[in-house]
Amino acid sequence: MSMTITEKILAYHAGPKHVSPGDLIEVKVDMAMANDITAPLAIKVFKQTGVHSVFDPERIALIPDHFVPNKDIGSAEQAKLMREFATEYHIKHYYEVGQSGIEHVILPEKGLVIPGDLVIGADSHTCTYGALGAFSTGVGSTDLGVIMATGKTWLKVPPTIKIEYEGHLQPWVRGKDLILFTLRTLGVDGANYRALEFSGPVIKTLSMAQRFTVTNMAVEAGAKNGIIEPDEIALAFVDQRSHRRPFVCTSDPGADYENVIKIVVDTIEPQIALPHSPANVRPLSEVPHISLDQVFIGSCTNSYLEDLREAATILKGRKVAKGIRLIVIPGSQLIYSEGIEQGIIKTLIDAGAVIGPPCCGPCLGGHLGILAEGERALSTSNRNFMGRMGHPKSEVYLASPAIAAASAVLGCIAGPEEL
Amino acid sequence: MKLQGRVWKFGDNVNTDLIIPARYLNSSDKDELARNCFADVRPGFVEMISPGDIIVAGNNFGSGSSREHAPLAIKGAGISVVIAQSFARIFYRNAFNIGLPILESKEAPLSIQEGNEVSVDLATGEIVILDTGERFLAEPVPAFLREIVDAGGLVHYIKKKGLAERKTE
Ligand code: SF4
Repeated sequence: MSMTITEKILAYHAGPKHVSPGDLIEVKVDMAMANDITAPLAIKVFKQTGVHSVFDPERIALIPDHFVPNKDIGSAEQAKLMREFATEYHIKHYYEVGQSGIEHVILPEKGLVIPGDLVIGADSHTCTYGALGAFSTGVGSTDLGVIMATGKTWLKVPPTIKIEYEGHLQPWVRGKDLILFTLRTLGVDGANYRALEFSGPVIKTLSMAQRFTVTNMAVEAGAKNGIIEPDEIALAFVDQRSHRRPFVCTSDPGADYENVIKIVVDTIEPQIALPHSPANVRPLSEVPHISLDQVFIGSCTNSYLEDLREAATILKGRKVAKGIRLIVIPGSQLIYSEGIEQGIIKTLIDAGAVIGPPCCGPCLGGHLGILAEGERALSTSNRNFMGRMGHPKSEVYLASPAIAAASAVLGCIAGPEEL
Repeated sequence: MKLQGRVWKFGDNVNTDLIIPARYLNSSDKDELARNCFADVRPGFVEMISPGDIIVAGNNFGSGSSREHAPLAIKGAGISVVIAQSFARIFYRNAFNIGLPILESKEAPLSIQEGNEVSVDLATGEIVILDTGERFLAEPVPAFLREIVDAGGLVHYIKKKGLAERKTE
């Protein structure tokens, strides 16, 4: 019987040969992940289960990234709790500040996710790893605590919506623009409880960094997971990082989809999500030159080396406009270091950017760039909910790194072609 | 189990950032979370409500971040049940896992007004607006999730089922 890639991976981890949407299944988890906000609660739950060891110390990743380097006493206490747990239970993949970065950048970078894996993370953007042809989804802390004890969880097999991208991309249109355009089409709950399979020839042309951007924002339409069939680009990426053998699978030709949406990309321009919803998207040409106070390039959506390079290409020999704060936060220590080696960081600094330590930073209004009342920011992150980056009366616009860099120079929302 | 309380009404897409803003996530203490529940959209929410009160909302309640602090804050504030036209996926799981009852009904939230006195029968899914006598039937909760709630949350459920036993012997 035909299955989608999501169904195949779920069946593989559940035991039966075949699963269908709606089936309630128990699955084995290849990797369980939590961060400094969700791990403390998960650890509490783990302790309540009464078990004396975790299911597998090599299959748990604990990444301090949200409020680190610790922003206050409360966050320091939470990070400490996670650190001590990692030591006590011999958690192999605990990465301290200085070797780490944003969880969703770190897991792929360290080779902890490969095609066919089933990854559960106590963070909604865990759906990012679908770009590698893995099933990955976010849960809360209680689910994660129980998984740390048992290595298993229950899932309902989701129906799949397939999005097929065809045609040729315009200049400056990247994965970020494709997913923002798609969110406008789907709405914030258009894929609630569904799998979103991103496919078509355009997806195959995207780099891994851009694919991660696409699957990262699947949850912004409510999706359980976002997924892309693994190809040579994905396999080359994991080949350099992992020694495990991937379970490579693709959707069968006769697989059953709840809906297939075709998107012709030829006329898609760079896209902007206006406040206060990631689905409130307009093409750049329809957005006026809105003045800005801050530009943020970073977050698990767009903090890859390629993103920083794109920004540097635009900022080279230019200066950030007077009155604008440009904050750049590389997604990982490795990206930071490569950015230095390649001169990218120097270019950004010369243009007037401030570089933050690899972490989530202002993405969730944690620290390192909080907005005051009435301030406006353009951000490469994934959410622009009310108050997401600071004061409830501040505004966040979402766009790609290219638009962010051009806007930083021009002082208002604008594209590189206006420079 | 029958619950009864006064209604606090919310619209569509109430995300977890609105339920508990990130700046309060440096704690996982239930009472502290409760104090900051809806800090930006309904400041002082915890003082305005009485224990047992009910939240009624539109579509996609609990979307966004997976923070379990959101249902914990709502439960900690004293809300007995959330009725919405639909819930976001992760919030739905989290609520059952921590033992916050939630019910999905397309119609009830359209008729229920802020301040109404409403009763909810969790076993049958019957929702009654006591001020008007209008009755609604919520979507039935899957048997498997009812088991989790009956056990007192996911931790107790897996203990009861012996799922964590492998490591305890
Ligand atoms: S960068 Fe932002 S969206 Fe990504 S994990 Fe951190 S807080 Fe969440």
